[in-house]
Amino acid sequence: MAKILLEMQNITKLFPGVKALDNVNLQVEEGEIHALVGENGAGKSTLMNVLSGIYPYGTYEGKIIYNGQECKFTNIKDSEALGIVIIHQELALIPYMTIGENMFLGNEQGRSWKIDWAETYGKSDEYLRTVGLKESSRTLIKDIGVGKQQLVEIAKALAKNAKLLILDEPTSSLNENESKDLLDLLLKFKQEGLTSIIISHKLNEISYVADKITVIRDGSTIETLDKEKDDISEARIIKGMVGRELSDRFPKREKNIGDICLEVIDWNAYHPIYSDKKIIDHVSINARKGEILGISGLQGAGRTEFAMSVFGKSYGEKISGTLIKDGEKLKLNSVQEAIKNKIAYVTEDRKGNGLILSNSIKFNTTLANLSGVSKNGIINKDNEYAVAVEYKEKLKTKCPTVEQNVGNLSGGNQQKVLLAKWMFADPDILILDEPTRGIDVGAKYEIYCIMNQLASEGKTVIMISSEMPELLGMCDRIYVMNEGRIVGEMPIEEATQESIMACILQSDNAEITA
Amino acid sequence: MEKKNDSAKVIEFIKKYAMVIVLALVLIFFSITTGGKILLPNNISNIISQNAYVFVLATGMLLCILTGGNIDLSVGSVVCFVGAVGATLMTSIGIPWPVSVLIMFSVGLLIGATQAFWIAYVRIPPFIVTLAGMLIFRGLSNVVLNGLTVTITDKVGFIKFFGGGADCYVPDFLGKLLGEEPSVNITCLVVGFIAVVAFIAFEIAGRLKRVKKGYEVDKMIPWIIKLVLISSVVVALTVLLALFKGIPSVLIIVMIVIGIYTYITSNTTTGRYFYAVGGNEKATRLSGINTNKTFFLAYTNMGFLAALAGMITIARMTSAQPTYGQNYEMDAIASCFIGGASAYGGIGTVPGAIIGATLMGVINLGMLIMGVDQNMQKVVKGLVLLAAVIFDVVSKRGFKLIAKN
Repeated sequence: MAKILLEMQNITKLFPGVKALDNVNLQVEEGEIHALVGENGAGKSTLMNVLSGIYPYGTYEGKIIYNGQECKFTNIKDSEALGIVIIHQELALIPYMTIGENMFLGNEQGRSWKIDWAETYGKSDEYLRTVGLKESSRTLIKDIGVGKQQLVEIAKALAKNAKLLILDEPTSSLNENESKDLLDLLLKFKQEGLTSIIISHKLNEISYVADKITVIRDGSTIETLDKEKDDISEARIIKGMVGRELSDRFPKREKNIGDICLEVIDWNAYHPIYSDKKIIDHVSINARKGEILGISGLQGAGRTEFAMSVFGKSYGEKISGTLIKDGEKLKLNSVQEAIKNKIAYVTEDRKGNGLILSNSIKFNTTLANLSGVSKNGIINKDNEYAVAVEYKEKLKTKCPTVEQNVGNLSGGNQQKVLLAKWMFADPDILILDEPTRGIDVGAKYEIYCIMNQLASEGKTVIMISSEMPELLGMCDRIYVMNEGRIVGEMPIEEATQESIMACILQSDNAEITA
Repeated sequence: MEKKNDSAKVIEFIKKYAMVIVLALVLIFFSITTGGKILLPNNISNIISQNAYVFVLATGMLLCILTGGNIDLSVGSVVCFVGAVGATLMTSIGIPWPVSVLIMFSVGLLIGATQAFWIAYVRIPPFIVTLAGMLIFRGLSNVVLNGLTVTITDKVGFIKFFGGGADCYVPDFLGKLLGEEPSVNITCLVVGFIAVVAFIAFEIAGRLKRVKKGYEVDKMIPWIIKLVLISSVVVALTVLLALFKGIPSVLIIVMIVIGIYTYITSNTTTGRYFYAVGGNEKATRLSGINTNKTFFLAYTNMGFLAALAGMITIARMTSAQPTYGQNYEMDAIASCFIGGASAYGGIGTVPGAIIGATLMGVINLGMLIMGVDQNMQKVVKGLVLLAAVIFDVVSKRGFKLIAKN
């Protein structure tokens, strides 16, 4: 048996209100490629952040043993000094610096008062050759594609003397050829003795490179599969990822589904910056009154982008397609028009795109519908206060007063304020993007109850979620999206986690063979 | 538990009223060091007349700062330029002053709107656009004035209306009705008295209405203390002004500006948008609010108020010079930040900015009376600004001095 390079023992990590990791164990042998799989939010990235010292020693429980020694990292520098290097999903390169400058950022060659540029670029070129990238290290990062940038990240990791390389979704923004090249590169490094941990959703890729696969679900390790001994087919991995009991975590609802309320036909949209990159590809959906419609898919499938492009073109360029609401064709060129036509979009990023954290619950509640509490542009403050209190009570938001700043609330209560804001805008169609992300079980249940309430009032609720159990528990019908396209539609009776996953994977495979 | 709550409340109170407390302390300090001179009626009257332009500019600057910590650097040059145009129109060309005032406002609005267009719709950083404006309008002021001083000859209308000079006070018509030459300005006293009564009446009416509708109200005792404190400040101010020459006419203008803008920022949808944009522009846009328009309004309005400040400046000086208005933008910016506006936008109030401006004015005058060297005055003002913002930032972080790396 090979030497154990890394052992993480009983790692438990708490966030306010959420247990992100619960007694997780992970063993990685020297010279292997170890895959970490699990649904979004299962705790993979949290675990890697614990390992790399982003969450310093003391903020978690458990032990990290690396090379036979217990480690107590207080920041990334500590873990990097031992050769543990993490490459995040979002690339951390600075566009207007050269490859060489990026590669040695924070690790500059020469002396601190005199950077040795010859050394910098010389060494960079060497590392670029190692990863097989034919670019000069004097090229600016912005001038090379994402695939090459990913290689630069790996070269940068090698420049830090990486012994254990952690890659978080390394292929999520790469095309098939680039992905294949990257995986082959990992296999080549493996021959040379480098150990890697790879986090990925793409199970075909994992089957291709991984020696061992550890499955994480709901913050716990479920099992570790060994390529030599176990079946590591995709079906087997999926079973490990999703195999949990669905109990009554979801409130019941009297179904009363009416006519078609919203129809989107042949919808297309392009990336706002890279205008030749198609993000939404011939999407057509419909939704009925009183229906909770689910849109499933992995992160990056284009669900958020689709919803936002429908919501008054708040995302994307060159948007085309037909939008029909209650039998009437609509052209929504701005968010104002979308709101006026009673469509609301509740963002997945409540802190970044949803709430004004420096202001009160009251301020946020009325922001999308100020005309509802004002006359001739003058706000009736008593009215506004009454509205805020009404919604606070309706949604059971926990706060001392509605004058409280939203920034001081917990995630679940912030989500309720965000919902209140859009409920007060009185939409017919409410698009909820990851409405339960990062909030605890109790608050989730309350949000589900609100959704049921809205649907039974005859509103159309469209729920985008990466958590399949909640889609299966809440929705009447589910669309599956992958890479900007609708790849499946199923009534709830036919939907299972396996069938949804299968839709996604089949569409991925179809692309590889095509 | 009870005790912890109390100390938290005290901290909350100090945070909320920090600058009012500092202003009171500074006044006490200067009263002692100047032997009470700073509280003499003529000095109090002076603080108002001398700082009228800061009050007006700080109000406008606050809106710009609210939209995201952006500042308008062109203010001082625009003040000078509008003043130069106005003085030339009135004196050299001989256009009647009310018409000249209209033209000056139009020029200010036009300048504001032009800069605002680049900032709001083309999205050139405000810092750059207004830095350019600062250079352009300083240069143009020189061109308009030929590098010379233009003295305003119309001493009756324009200067009386806008001025803070020797005879620019609201005439004591009530005093005249009563008889000859009373030793105090009766009109001023009456106006002050009416203001206090009206203020208390509004507060009580508002409170009763809220109680009737079952809304939350402030606790009775703090509320009464607040009323008594504000009323006594107004009364004291009234008496002091009445003992001198009465209400400076510029005070009327300043009060109107403060009143209107306080109302806009706290009670209108447009005012709400300034806070929303500064707090989180993306979220504001996704709430269906036209954020471009909000930026446009903030900077256009700044041009308008800069024009008003220009009029106040040339009226007080009874002339226009190419050097007027220098560093006015800095006074306005400093007032806003001292008054609790956030350098990141989204937080700040008009009364806060006014208190900030008053604090600067008091420090200026206090040091002047004490005979502190002009250069040291700048040093002190710089330190006050830095201390105020440090306090603001650190207190929001829960009184931890060093930020987490």
